[in-house]
Amino acid sequence: MKKWSTAAIGMALPALIGLGLFVVLPFLLAIGLSFTNARLGSPLGIQFVGLREYVYVLSDATFWRALGNNCLFAALIVPGQTALALGLALLLNQPLRGMVVFRTLFFMPVIFPIALVSVVWILIFAPGPEGMLNGFLGWLSGGAWQPRDFLNDPTWALPAVVLTSIWQGAGFQMVVLLAGLQSIDPALHEAAAMDGAGRFRRFLHVTLPGLRNPLIFVTIVTTILSFRIFDQVRIMTNGGPKGATTTVVYEIVQAAFDRAQLSRGAAMAVLFFVLVLGLTLIQRRVFKQHGAVNR
Amino acid sequence: MSVTQRNLWRQAIRLLVLGLCTTAMVAPLVFMIIGSLKPDAAVLTEAGTLAAIFPNEVSLQNYTDAARRVPFGRFLFNSALINLAIVVLGLAVNALAGYALARLDLPGKKIALALVMAVLVIPFEAIAIPLFYQLSAIGLRDSYLVQIVPFIANPLSIYLFYSFFLNLPRELEEAARLDGAGTWRTFITIIVPNAKPVFAAVTIVSFLFSWGAYLWPLLMTTRAAVRPLPLAIASFYTLPPRQWGDILAFGVMMVAPLLVIFIVFQRWFVTGVANSGMKG
Repeated sequence: MKKWSTAAIGMALPALIGLGLFVVLPFLLAIGLSFTNARLGSPLGIQFVGLREYVYVLSDATFWRALGNNCLFAALIVPGQTALALGLALLLNQPLRGMVVFRTLFFMPVIFPIALVSVVWILIFAPGPEGMLNGFLGWLSGGAWQPRDFLNDPTWALPAVVLTSIWQGAGFQMVVLLAGLQSIDPALHEAAAMDGAGRFRRFLHVTLPGLRNPLIFVTIVTTILSFRIFDQVRIMTNGGPKGATTTVVYEIVQAAFDRAQLSRGAAMAVLFFVLVLGLTLIQRRVFKQHGAVNR
Repeated sequence: MSVTQRNLWRQAIRLLVLGLCTTAMVAPLVFMIIGSLKPDAAVLTEAGTLAAIFPNEVSLQNYTDAARRVPFGRFLFNSALINLAIVVLGLAVNALAGYALARLDLPGKKIALALVMAVLVIPFEAIAIPLFYQLSAIGLRDSYLVQIVPFIANPLSIYLFYSFFLNLPRELEEAARLDGAGTWRTFITIIVPNAKPVFAAVTIVSFLFSWGAYLWPLLMTTRAAVRPLPLAIASFYTLPPRQWGDILAFGVMMVAPLLVIFIVFQRWFVTGVANSGMKG
Protein backbone atom coordinates (compact mmCIF):
# COMPACT_ATOMS: atom_id res chain seq x y z
CA MET A 1 0.00 0.00 0.00
CA LYS A 2 2.94 2.31 0.76
CA LYS A 3 4.21 2.05 -2.83
CA TRP A 4 0.90 3.35 -4.26
CA SER A 5 1.02 6.32 -1.98
CA THR A 6 4.54 7.45 -2.96
CA ALA A 7 3.63 7.16 -6.63
CA ALA A 8 0.51 9.25 -5.98
CA ILE A 9 2.58 11.99 -4.35
CA GLY A 10 5.03 11.95 -7.23
CA MET A 11 2.21 12.28 -9.73
CA ALA A 12 0.34 15.07 -7.98
CA LEU A 13 3.34 17.09 -6.85
CA PRO A 14 4.45 18.86 -10.08
CA ALA A 15 0.97 20.30 -10.68
CA LEU A 16 0.45 21.25 -7.04
CA ILE A 17 3.85 22.96 -6.86
CA GLY A 18 3.03 24.82 -10.08
CA LEU A 19 -0.32 26.03 -8.75
CA GLY A 20 1.29 26.97 -5.45
CA LEU A 21 4.14 28.98 -6.98
CA PHE A 22 2.27 30.64 -9.83
CA VAL A 23 -1.26 31.10 -8.51
CA VAL A 24 -1.43 30.81 -4.71
CA LEU A 25 1.82 32.65 -3.98
CA PRO A 26 1.11 35.65 -6.26
CA PHE A 27 -2.42 35.73 -4.91
CA LEU A 28 -1.15 36.00 -1.33
CA LEU A 29 1.42 38.52 -2.52
CA ALA A 30 -1.36 40.63 -4.07
CA ILE A 31 -3.16 40.71 -0.74
CA GLY A 32 0.06 41.55 1.07
CA LEU A 33 1.09 44.31 -1.35
CA SER A 34 -2.36 45.88 -1.21
CA PHE A 35 -1.72 46.87 2.42
CA THR A 36 1.59 48.58 1.63
CA ASN A 37 2.81 51.64 -0.27
CA ALA A 38 4.95 49.65 -2.73
CA ARG A 39 5.82 51.37 -6.01
CA LEU A 40 7.60 49.88 -9.00
CA GLY A 41 11.24 50.93 -9.11
CA SER A 42 11.02 53.04 -5.98
CA PRO A 43 14.21 53.21 -3.90
CA LEU A 44 12.25 53.85 -0.68
CA GLY A 45 11.46 50.95 1.64
CA ILE A 46 8.05 49.31 1.62
CA GLN A 47 5.81 50.35 4.49
CA PHE A 48 2.61 48.91 5.87
CA VAL A 49 -0.15 51.46 5.36
CA GLY A 50 -3.23 49.46 6.33
CA LEU A 51 -6.34 50.07 4.28
CA ARG A 52 -5.09 53.32 2.71
CA GLU A 53 -5.01 52.02 -0.87
CA TYR A 54 -8.47 50.47 -0.52
CA VAL A 55 -9.88 53.74 0.76
CA TYR A 56 -8.28 55.55 -2.16
CA VAL A 57 -9.54 53.08 -4.78
CA LEU A 58 -13.07 52.95 -3.40
CA SER A 59 -13.35 56.73 -3.38
CA ASP A 60 -11.88 57.06 -6.89
CA ALA A 61 -14.43 57.96 -9.55
CA THR A 62 -12.36 56.26 -12.28
CA PHE A 63 -12.57 52.92 -10.48
CA TRP A 64 -16.36 53.18 -10.24
CA ARG A 65 -16.54 54.24 -13.86
CA ALA A 66 -14.55 51.14 -14.82
CA LEU A 67 -16.76 48.92 -12.69
CA GLY A 68 -19.88 50.47 -14.20
CA ASN A 69 -18.49 49.85 -17.69
CA ASN A 70 -17.84 46.22 -16.78
CA CYS A 71 -21.47 45.88 -15.68
CA LEU A 72 -22.55 47.45 -18.97
CA PHE A 73 -20.30 45.08 -20.92
CA ALA A 74 -21.82 42.12 -19.09
CA ALA A 75 -25.37 43.43 -19.52
CA LEU A 76 -24.88 43.69 -23.30
CA ILE A 77 -22.56 40.78 -24.03
CA VAL A 78 -24.15 38.04 -21.92
CA PRO A 79 -27.71 38.22 -23.31
CA GLY A 80 -26.58 39.29 -26.79
CA GLN A 81 -24.02 36.59 -27.24
CA THR A 82 -26.09 33.86 -25.62
CA ALA A 83 -29.12 34.69 -27.77
CA LEU A 84 -27.02 34.75 -30.93
CA ALA A 85 -25.31 31.49 -30.02
CA LEU A 86 -28.64 29.84 -29.19
CA GLY A 87 -30.13 31.07 -32.47
CA LEU A 88 -27.18 29.72 -34.45
CA ALA A 89 -27.30 26.41 -32.59
CA LEU A 90 -31.05 26.04 -33.30
CA LEU A 91 -30.46 26.84 -36.99
CA LEU A 92 -27.76 24.21 -37.23
CA ASN A 93 -29.58 21.56 -35.24
CA GLN A 94 -31.15 19.77 -38.16
CA PRO A 95 -30.10 16.71 -40.10
CA LEU A 96 -29.10 18.50 -43.29
CA ARG A 97 -25.94 17.94 -45.29
CA GLY A 98 -23.59 20.87 -45.25
CA MET A 99 -24.38 21.83 -41.65
CA VAL A 100 -20.79 20.94 -40.74
CA VAL A 101 -19.61 23.68 -43.10
CA PHE A 102 -21.74 26.31 -41.35
CA ARG A 103 -20.71 25.06 -37.92
CA THR A 104 -17.07 25.35 -38.96
CA LEU A 105 -17.61 28.88 -40.29
CA PHE A 106 -19.42 30.07 -37.15
CA PHE A 107 -16.79 28.56 -34.88
CA MET A 108 -13.86 29.99 -36.84
CA PRO A 109 -13.60 33.38 -35.03
CA VAL A 110 -12.97 31.47 -31.78
CA ILE A 111 -9.53 30.40 -33.01
CA PHE A 112 -8.63 34.03 -33.85
CA PRO A 113 -6.59 35.71 -31.10
CA ILE A 114 -8.57 38.64 -29.72
CA ALA A 115 -5.63 40.93 -30.58
CA LEU A 116 -6.06 40.19 -34.30
CA VAL A 117 -9.85 40.43 -34.06
CA SER A 118 -9.50 43.86 -32.44
CA VAL A 119 -7.22 45.16 -35.20
CA VAL A 120 -9.54 43.92 -37.96
CA TRP A 121 -12.57 45.50 -36.26
CA ILE A 122 -10.74 48.82 -35.86
CA LEU A 123 -10.69 48.87 -39.64
CA ILE A 124 -14.38 47.91 -39.84
CA PHE A 125 -15.25 50.77 -37.46
CA ALA A 126 -13.04 53.25 -39.36
CA PRO A 127 -14.42 56.81 -39.27
CA GLY A 128 -15.83 58.73 -42.24
CA PRO A 129 -18.01 57.50 -45.10
CA GLU A 130 -15.22 55.21 -46.32
CA GLY A 131 -15.28 53.09 -43.16
CA MET A 132 -16.72 49.64 -43.79
CA LEU A 133 -19.56 49.81 -41.30
CA ASN A 134 -20.29 53.47 -42.07
CA GLY A 135 -20.34 52.71 -45.79
CA PHE A 136 -22.61 49.73 -45.28
CA LEU A 137 -25.04 51.64 -43.04
CA GLY A 138 -25.03 54.51 -45.56
CA TRP A 139 -25.89 52.12 -48.38
CA LEU A 140 -28.56 50.41 -46.23
CA SER A 141 -30.22 53.72 -45.29
CA GLY A 142 -29.96 55.15 -48.80
CA GLY A 143 -27.51 57.82 -47.71
CA ALA A 144 -29.41 58.95 -44.60
CA TRP A 145 -26.77 57.53 -42.19
CA GLN A 146 -24.38 60.15 -40.78
CA PRO A 147 -20.91 58.55 -40.69
CA ARG A 148 -19.36 58.45 -37.21
CA ASP A 149 -16.05 57.77 -35.63
CA PHE A 150 -17.39 54.83 -33.63
CA LEU A 151 -14.31 54.19 -31.51
CA ASN A 152 -13.86 57.85 -30.59
CA ASP A 153 -17.52 58.50 -29.84
CA PRO A 154 -18.45 58.24 -26.12
CA THR A 155 -21.82 56.68 -26.99
CA TRP A 156 -20.64 54.22 -29.64
CA ALA A 157 -17.22 53.10 -28.40
CA LEU A 158 -18.52 50.63 -25.82
CA PRO A 159 -21.13 49.03 -28.10
CA ALA A 160 -18.43 48.72 -30.78
CA VAL A 161 -16.17 46.78 -28.39
CA VAL A 162 -19.21 44.70 -27.37
CA LEU A 163 -19.91 43.78 -31.01
CA THR A 164 -16.30 42.77 -31.53
CA SER A 165 -16.36 40.57 -28.44
CA ILE A 166 -19.64 38.92 -29.42
CA TRP A 167 -18.36 38.16 -32.91
CA GLN A 168 -15.32 36.43 -31.48
CA GLY A 169 -17.05 34.56 -28.67
CA ALA A 170 -20.41 33.40 -30.06
CA GLY A 171 -18.99 30.33 -31.81
CA PHE A 172 -17.67 28.87 -28.56
CA GLN A 173 -21.09 29.13 -26.92
CA MET A 174 -22.83 27.85 -30.03
CA VAL A 175 -20.83 24.64 -30.00
CA VAL A 176 -21.61 24.02 -26.33
CA LEU A 177 -25.33 24.70 -26.87
CA LEU A 178 -25.45 22.60 -30.05
CA ALA A 179 -24.04 19.63 -28.13
CA GLY A 180 -26.74 20.24 -25.52
CA LEU A 181 -29.47 20.33 -28.16
CA GLN A 182 -28.25 17.09 -29.67
CA SER A 183 -28.37 15.35 -26.31
CA ILE A 184 -32.08 16.09 -25.89
CA ASP A 185 -34.08 12.91 -26.48
CA PRO A 186 -36.13 13.37 -29.72
CA ALA A 187 -38.87 11.24 -28.10
CA LEU A 188 -39.58 14.16 -25.75
CA HIS A 189 -40.30 16.43 -28.72
CA GLU A 190 -42.49 13.78 -30.34
CA ALA A 191 -44.43 13.22 -27.15
CA ALA A 192 -45.02 16.96 -26.75
CA ALA A 193 -46.12 17.24 -30.40
CA MET A 194 -48.58 14.36 -29.83
CA ASP A 195 -50.02 16.30 -26.94
CA GLY A 196 -50.66 19.12 -29.36
CA ALA A 197 -47.84 21.46 -28.30
CA GLY A 198 -46.85 23.92 -31.05
CA ARG A 199 -43.29 24.84 -31.98
CA PHE A 200 -43.03 27.67 -29.51
CA ARG A 201 -44.40 25.68 -26.60
CA ARG A 202 -42.12 22.77 -27.39
CA PHE A 203 -39.17 25.17 -27.38
CA LEU A 204 -40.29 26.56 -24.00
CA HIS A 205 -41.11 23.26 -22.32
CA VAL A 206 -38.77 20.75 -23.94
CA THR A 207 -35.80 22.54 -25.53
CA LEU A 208 -35.05 25.14 -22.84
CA PRO A 209 -35.26 22.78 -19.85
CA GLY A 210 -33.11 20.29 -21.78
CA LEU A 211 -30.49 23.00 -22.28
CA ARG A 212 -30.38 24.01 -18.63
CA ASN A 213 -26.84 22.86 -17.84
CA PRO A 214 -25.15 24.11 -21.01
CA LEU A 215 -26.97 27.43 -20.62
CA ILE A 216 -25.76 27.76 -17.02
CA PHE A 217 -22.24 27.02 -18.17
CA VAL A 218 -22.20 29.56 -20.99
CA THR A 219 -23.78 32.37 -18.97
CA ILE A 220 -21.35 31.90 -16.07
CA VAL A 221 -18.34 31.79 -18.36
CA THR A 222 -19.47 34.78 -20.44
CA THR A 223 -20.30 36.91 -17.39
CA ILE A 224 -16.89 36.28 -15.89
CA LEU A 225 -15.17 36.98 -19.22
CA SER A 226 -17.08 40.28 -19.48
CA PHE A 227 -15.60 41.31 -16.16
CA ARG A 228 -12.12 40.28 -17.29
CA ILE A 229 -12.15 42.33 -20.52
CA PHE A 230 -8.81 43.94 -21.23
CA ASP A 231 -7.23 43.06 -24.61
CA GLN A 232 -9.95 44.56 -26.85
CA VAL A 233 -10.09 47.74 -24.79
CA ARG A 234 -6.34 48.20 -24.71
CA ILE A 235 -6.00 47.74 -28.48
CA MET A 236 -9.20 49.38 -29.78
CA THR A 237 -9.83 52.36 -27.50
CA ASN A 238 -7.21 52.55 -24.73
CA GLY A 239 -10.13 52.87 -22.32
CA GLY A 240 -11.37 56.02 -24.03
CA PRO A 241 -12.86 58.24 -25.16
CA LYS A 242 -12.87 59.93 -21.74
CA GLY A 243 -13.04 56.63 -19.86
CA ALA A 244 -16.10 55.42 -21.80
CA THR A 245 -14.66 51.94 -22.28
CA THR A 246 -12.23 51.58 -19.40
CA THR A 247 -12.54 48.40 -17.34
CA VAL A 248 -11.36 47.25 -13.94
CA VAL A 249 -8.54 45.15 -15.41
CA TYR A 250 -7.52 48.06 -17.64
CA GLU A 251 -7.31 50.31 -14.57
CA ILE A 252 -5.31 47.67 -12.67
CA VAL A 253 -2.73 47.60 -15.45
CA GLN A 254 -2.73 51.40 -15.75
CA ALA A 255 -2.14 51.86 -12.04
CA ALA A 256 0.51 49.18 -11.60
CA PHE A 257 2.51 49.72 -14.79
CA ASP A 258 1.80 53.08 -16.40
CA ARG A 259 1.81 54.88 -13.04
CA ALA A 260 4.07 52.43 -11.13
CA GLN A 261 1.55 52.31 -8.25
CA LEU A 262 2.08 48.65 -7.48
CA SER A 263 0.12 48.60 -4.22
CA ARG A 264 -2.85 50.45 -5.71
CA GLY A 265 -2.96 47.97 -8.58
CA ALA A 266 -2.79 45.15 -6.05
CA ALA A 267 -5.66 46.59 -4.01
CA MET A 268 -7.77 46.83 -7.18
CA ALA A 269 -6.79 43.28 -8.09
CA VAL A 270 -7.98 42.01 -4.71
CA LEU A 271 -11.29 43.86 -5.08
CA PHE A 272 -11.56 42.46 -8.61
CA PHE A 273 -11.04 38.94 -7.30
CA VAL A 274 -13.72 39.40 -4.64
CA LEU A 275 -16.08 40.62 -7.36
CA VAL A 276 -15.47 37.63 -9.64
CA LEU A 277 -15.76 35.24 -6.69
CA GLY A 278 -19.03 36.86 -5.64
CA LEU A 279 -20.42 36.60 -9.16
CA THR A 280 -19.51 32.92 -9.39
CA LEU A 281 -21.10 32.12 -6.05
CA ILE A 282 -24.28 34.08 -6.79
CA GLN A 283 -24.72 32.45 -10.18
CA ARG A 284 -24.13 28.96 -8.84
CA ARG A 285 -26.64 29.58 -6.07
CA VAL A 286 -29.30 31.05 -8.35
CA PHE A 287 -29.01 28.17 -10.79
CA LYS A 288 -28.91 25.52 -8.10
CA GLN A 289 -32.33 26.60 -6.86
CA HIS A 290 -33.69 25.76 -10.28
CA GLY A 291 -32.36 22.23 -10.31
CA ALA A 292 -29.26 20.13 -10.23
CA VAL A 293 -26.01 21.48 -11.58
CA ASN A 294 -23.43 19.01 -12.87
CA ARG A 295 -20.80 19.66 -10.26
CA MET B 1 -52.10 27.76 -47.41
CA SER B 2 -51.52 24.03 -47.56
CA VAL B 3 -49.18 22.25 -45.20
CA THR B 4 -46.51 21.72 -47.87
CA GLN B 5 -46.67 25.38 -48.83
CA ARG B 6 -46.24 26.38 -45.17
CA ASN B 7 -43.26 24.08 -44.80
CA LEU B 8 -41.74 25.51 -47.95
CA TRP B 9 -42.09 29.04 -46.56
CA ARG B 10 -40.63 27.96 -43.27
CA GLN B 11 -37.65 26.36 -44.98
CA ALA B 12 -37.13 29.48 -47.10
CA ILE B 13 -37.12 31.74 -44.05
CA ARG B 14 -34.74 29.42 -42.27
CA LEU B 15 -32.34 29.50 -45.21
CA LEU B 16 -32.60 33.27 -45.41
CA VAL B 17 -31.74 33.65 -41.71
CA LEU B 18 -28.90 31.16 -42.09
CA GLY B 19 -27.61 33.16 -45.06
CA LEU B 20 -27.74 36.44 -43.13
CA CYS B 21 -26.00 34.96 -40.10
CA THR B 22 -23.31 33.42 -42.29
CA THR B 23 -22.74 36.75 -44.05
CA ALA B 24 -22.40 38.58 -40.73
CA MET B 25 -20.04 35.98 -39.26
CA VAL B 26 -17.89 35.59 -42.36
CA ALA B 27 -17.75 39.21 -43.60
CA PRO B 28 -14.87 40.33 -41.34
CA LEU B 29 -12.88 37.29 -42.45
CA VAL B 30 -13.46 37.88 -46.16
CA PHE B 31 -12.74 41.57 -45.64
CA MET B 32 -9.41 40.69 -44.04
CA ILE B 33 -8.33 38.30 -46.78
CA ILE B 34 -9.37 40.56 -49.67
CA GLY B 35 -7.88 43.62 -47.96
CA SER B 36 -4.55 41.85 -47.59
CA LEU B 37 -4.37 41.51 -51.39
CA LYS B 38 -5.08 45.15 -52.21
CA PRO B 39 -2.79 48.19 -52.39
CA ASP B 40 -2.34 49.71 -48.92
CA ALA B 41 -4.11 52.98 -49.65
CA ALA B 42 -7.10 51.28 -51.24
CA VAL B 43 -7.87 49.15 -48.14
CA LEU B 44 -9.27 52.03 -46.12
CA THR B 45 -10.66 54.21 -48.92
CA GLU B 46 -12.60 51.33 -50.47
CA ALA B 47 -13.63 49.66 -47.20
CA GLY B 48 -17.21 50.90 -47.41
CA THR B 49 -17.66 50.13 -51.09
CA LEU B 50 -18.19 46.92 -53.02
CA ALA B 51 -14.50 46.99 -53.89
CA ALA B 52 -13.88 45.80 -50.31
CA ILE B 53 -15.13 42.40 -51.46
CA PHE B 54 -14.49 42.59 -55.22
CA PRO B 55 -11.07 44.26 -55.57
CA ASN B 56 -9.93 46.04 -58.71
CA GLU B 57 -6.38 44.80 -58.49
CA VAL B 58 -4.75 42.13 -56.38
CA SER B 59 -1.15 41.32 -55.53
CA LEU B 60 0.93 39.61 -52.88
CA GLN B 61 2.96 42.79 -52.39
CA ASN B 62 1.60 43.28 -48.82
CA TYR B 63 2.82 39.85 -47.77
CA THR B 64 6.38 40.54 -48.86
CA ASP B 65 6.20 44.04 -47.35
CA ALA B 66 4.96 42.76 -43.98
CA ALA B 67 7.62 40.06 -43.91
CA ARG B 68 10.26 42.69 -44.73
CA ARG B 69 9.14 45.18 -42.07
CA VAL B 70 8.95 42.74 -39.15
CA PRO B 71 10.52 39.34 -38.38
CA PHE B 72 7.29 37.43 -38.95
CA GLY B 73 8.97 34.02 -39.01
CA ARG B 74 10.45 34.69 -35.62
CA PHE B 75 7.05 35.59 -34.11
CA LEU B 76 5.53 32.46 -35.60
CA PHE B 77 8.33 30.35 -34.18
CA ASN B 78 7.93 32.00 -30.75
CA SER B 79 4.19 31.35 -30.67
CA ALA B 80 4.59 27.76 -31.84
CA LEU B 81 7.30 27.02 -29.29
CA ILE B 82 5.51 28.65 -26.35
CA ASN B 83 2.12 27.08 -26.99
CA LEU B 84 3.47 23.66 -27.87
CA ALA B 85 5.45 23.63 -24.62
CA ILE B 86 2.45 24.76 -22.56
CA VAL B 87 0.13 22.18 -24.10
CA VAL B 88 2.49 19.19 -24.09
CA LEU B 89 3.98 19.75 -20.63
CA GLY B 90 0.52 20.68 -19.38
CA LEU B 91 -0.97 17.41 -20.62
CA ALA B 92 1.64 15.40 -18.72
CA VAL B 93 1.56 17.38 -15.48
CA ASN B 94 -2.22 17.85 -15.28
CA ALA B 95 -3.16 14.34 -16.37
CA LEU B 96 -0.93 12.86 -13.67
CA ALA B 97 -2.40 15.16 -11.04
CA GLY B 98 -5.97 14.48 -12.18
CA TYR B 99 -5.31 10.75 -12.00
CA ALA B 100 -3.71 10.88 -8.56
CA LEU B 101 -6.64 12.94 -7.25
CA ALA B 102 -9.28 10.71 -8.80
CA ARG B 103 -7.91 7.22 -8.27
CA LEU B 104 -4.92 7.00 -5.97
CA ASP B 105 -4.33 6.88 -2.27
CA LEU B 106 -2.98 10.41 -2.01
CA PRO B 107 -2.35 11.84 1.47
CA GLY B 108 -4.27 15.08 1.96
CA LYS B 109 -6.37 14.37 -1.12
CA LYS B 110 -9.36 16.39 0.06
CA ILE B 111 -7.21 19.45 0.72
CA ALA B 112 -5.45 19.13 -2.64
CA LEU B 113 -8.78 18.84 -4.44
CA ALA B 114 -10.18 21.83 -2.58
CA LEU B 115 -7.06 23.79 -3.55
CA VAL B 116 -7.57 22.98 -7.23
CA MET B 117 -11.23 24.01 -7.09
CA ALA B 118 -10.41 27.21 -5.20
CA VAL B 119 -7.64 28.17 -7.59
CA LEU B 120 -10.03 27.66 -10.53
CA VAL B 121 -11.92 30.77 -9.42
CA ILE B 122 -8.88 33.08 -9.37
CA PRO B 123 -8.78 35.05 -12.63
CA PHE B 124 -5.31 35.47 -14.09
CA GLU B 125 -5.70 39.26 -14.19
CA ALA B 126 -5.96 39.34 -10.39
CA ILE B 127 -2.51 37.81 -9.94
CA ALA B 128 -0.70 39.24 -12.98
CA ILE B 129 0.89 42.11 -11.05
CA PRO B 130 2.49 40.16 -8.19
CA LEU B 131 3.44 37.41 -10.63
CA PHE B 132 5.19 40.02 -12.74
CA TYR B 133 6.93 41.32 -9.63
CA GLN B 134 7.90 37.81 -8.50
CA LEU B 135 9.33 36.67 -11.84
CA SER B 136 11.02 39.96 -12.75
CA ALA B 137 12.79 39.84 -9.39
CA ILE B 138 14.52 36.59 -10.40
CA GLY B 139 15.43 38.04 -13.80
CA LEU B 140 13.03 36.09 -15.98
CA ARG B 141 11.73 39.00 -18.09
CA ASP B 142 12.10 38.69 -21.85
CA SER B 143 12.40 34.93 -21.89
CA TYR B 144 10.47 31.95 -23.22
CA LEU B 145 10.49 30.37 -19.77
CA VAL B 146 8.42 33.15 -18.24
CA GLN B 147 5.77 32.66 -20.91
CA ILE B 148 5.65 28.87 -20.44
CA VAL B 149 6.35 27.71 -16.89
CA PRO B 150 3.59 29.61 -15.00
CA PHE B 151 0.92 28.15 -17.31
CA ILE B 152 1.82 24.45 -17.28
CA ALA B 153 -0.13 23.51 -14.15
CA ASN B 154 -3.73 24.46 -14.96
CA PRO B 155 -6.66 23.96 -12.59
CA LEU B 156 -9.22 23.61 -15.41
CA SER B 157 -7.15 20.89 -17.11
CA ILE B 158 -6.69 19.08 -13.79
CA TYR B 159 -10.43 19.26 -13.19
CA LEU B 160 -11.27 17.91 -16.66
CA PHE B 161 -8.83 15.00 -16.21
CA TYR B 162 -10.05 14.40 -12.67
CA SER B 163 -13.70 14.11 -13.64
CA PHE B 164 -12.86 11.86 -16.59
CA PHE B 165 -10.71 9.47 -14.53
CA LEU B 166 -13.32 9.37 -11.78
CA ASN B 167 -15.73 7.68 -14.19
CA LEU B 168 -13.30 5.21 -15.71
CA PRO B 169 -14.14 1.55 -14.82
CA ARG B 170 -12.09 0.16 -11.93
CA GLU B 171 -11.58 -3.18 -13.71
CA LEU B 172 -8.94 -1.64 -15.97
CA GLU B 173 -6.56 -0.98 -13.09
CA GLU B 174 -7.35 -4.18 -11.27
CA ALA B 175 -6.42 -6.28 -14.30
CA ALA B 176 -3.15 -4.38 -14.62
CA ARG B 177 -2.40 -4.79 -10.93
CA LEU B 178 -2.99 -8.56 -11.13
CA ASP B 179 -0.39 -8.59 -13.92
CA GLY B 180 2.04 -7.00 -11.45
CA ALA B 181 2.20 -3.54 -13.03
CA GLY B 182 3.08 -0.63 -10.73
CA THR B 183 1.17 2.64 -10.54
CA TRP B 184 3.25 4.46 -13.14
CA ARG B 185 3.15 1.57 -15.60
CA THR B 186 -0.57 1.15 -15.12
CA PHE B 187 -1.08 4.82 -15.85
CA ILE B 188 1.07 4.87 -18.97
CA THR B 189 0.07 1.55 -20.54
CA ILE B 190 -3.58 1.21 -19.44
CA ILE B 191 -5.03 4.57 -18.42
CA VAL B 192 -3.58 6.89 -21.07
CA PRO B 193 -4.68 4.78 -24.07
CA ASN B 194 -8.21 4.70 -22.62
CA ALA B 195 -8.37 8.45 -22.09
CA LYS B 196 -7.95 9.79 -25.63
CA PRO B 197 -11.11 11.92 -25.58
CA VAL B 198 -10.07 13.85 -22.48
CA PHE B 199 -6.53 14.32 -23.80
CA ALA B 200 -7.95 15.71 -27.03
CA ALA B 201 -10.36 18.01 -25.18
CA VAL B 202 -7.66 19.37 -22.85
CA THR B 203 -5.26 19.87 -25.77
CA ILE B 204 -7.80 21.97 -27.66
CA VAL B 205 -9.15 23.94 -24.71
CA SER B 206 -5.74 24.73 -23.21
CA PHE B 207 -4.39 25.67 -26.63
CA LEU B 208 -7.33 27.99 -27.37
CA PHE B 209 -6.82 29.73 -24.03
CA SER B 210 -3.04 30.08 -24.25
CA TRP B 211 -2.55 30.98 -27.91
CA GLY B 212 -4.38 34.30 -27.75
CA ALA B 213 -2.44 35.49 -24.68
CA TYR B 214 -1.82 39.22 -24.86
CA LEU B 215 -1.66 40.77 -21.39
CA TRP B 216 1.13 38.58 -20.01
CA PRO B 217 3.58 38.93 -22.95
CA LEU B 218 2.74 42.65 -22.99
CA LEU B 219 3.94 42.93 -19.38
CA MET B 220 6.82 40.49 -19.61
CA THR B 221 8.50 41.05 -22.97
CA THR B 222 10.25 44.04 -24.49
CA ARG B 223 12.26 42.34 -27.24
CA ALA B 224 10.82 41.09 -30.53
CA ALA B 225 13.03 38.01 -30.21
CA VAL B 226 10.70 36.36 -27.67
CA ARG B 227 7.36 37.99 -28.51
CA PRO B 228 4.41 35.85 -29.65
CA LEU B 229 2.09 36.63 -32.59
CA PRO B 230 -0.89 38.30 -30.81
CA LEU B 231 1.38 40.90 -29.23
CA ALA B 232 3.27 41.27 -32.51
CA ILE B 233 0.13 42.09 -34.52
CA ALA B 234 -0.96 44.64 -31.93
CA SER B 235 2.37 46.41 -32.06
CA PHE B 236 2.64 46.06 -35.85
CA TYR B 237 -0.68 47.91 -36.04
CA THR B 238 0.85 50.86 -34.18
CA LEU B 239 4.09 50.80 -36.19
CA PRO B 240 4.25 53.87 -38.48
CA PRO B 241 3.54 54.28 -41.34
CA ARG B 242 0.16 52.57 -40.89
CA GLN B 243 -0.12 50.35 -43.97
CA TRP B 244 -3.46 48.55 -43.69
CA GLY B 245 -2.64 46.08 -46.45
CA ASP B 246 0.49 44.96 -44.60
CA ILE B 247 -1.40 44.69 -41.30
CA LEU B 248 -4.10 42.49 -42.83
CA ALA B 249 -1.48 40.38 -44.62
CA PHE B 250 0.22 39.85 -41.24
CA GLY B 251 -3.18 38.81 -39.84
CA VAL B 252 -3.82 36.30 -42.60
CA MET B 253 -0.33 34.84 -42.25
CA MET B 254 -0.76 34.46 -38.50
CA VAL B 255 -4.06 32.56 -38.61
CA ALA B 256 -3.44 30.59 -41.81
CA PRO B 257 -1.49 27.71 -40.19
CA LEU B 258 -4.06 27.45 -37.45
CA LEU B 259 -6.98 27.57 -39.88
CA VAL B 260 -5.54 24.58 -41.73
CA ILE B 261 -5.14 22.65 -38.47
CA PHE B 262 -8.63 23.67 -37.44
CA ILE B 263 -10.29 22.60 -40.67
CA VAL B 264 -8.54 19.23 -40.66
CA PHE B 265 -9.35 18.54 -37.01
CA GLN B 266 -12.58 20.55 -36.74
CA ARG B 267 -14.50 17.60 -35.32
CA TRP B 268 -11.98 17.38 -32.47
CA PHE B 269 -12.19 21.11 -31.82
CA VAL B 270 -15.95 21.00 -31.64
CA THR B 271 -16.20 17.92 -29.42
CA GLY B 272 -13.35 19.19 -27.24
CA VAL B 273 -15.11 22.47 -26.56
CA ALA B 274 -18.51 20.83 -26.19
CA ASN B 275 -17.09 18.33 -23.68
CA SER B 276 -15.52 21.02 -21.57
CA GLY B 277 -18.92 22.73 -21.53
CA MET B 278 -20.85 19.64 -20.55
CA LYS B 279 -18.39 18.82 -17.78
CA GLY B 280 -17.73 22.31 -16.48
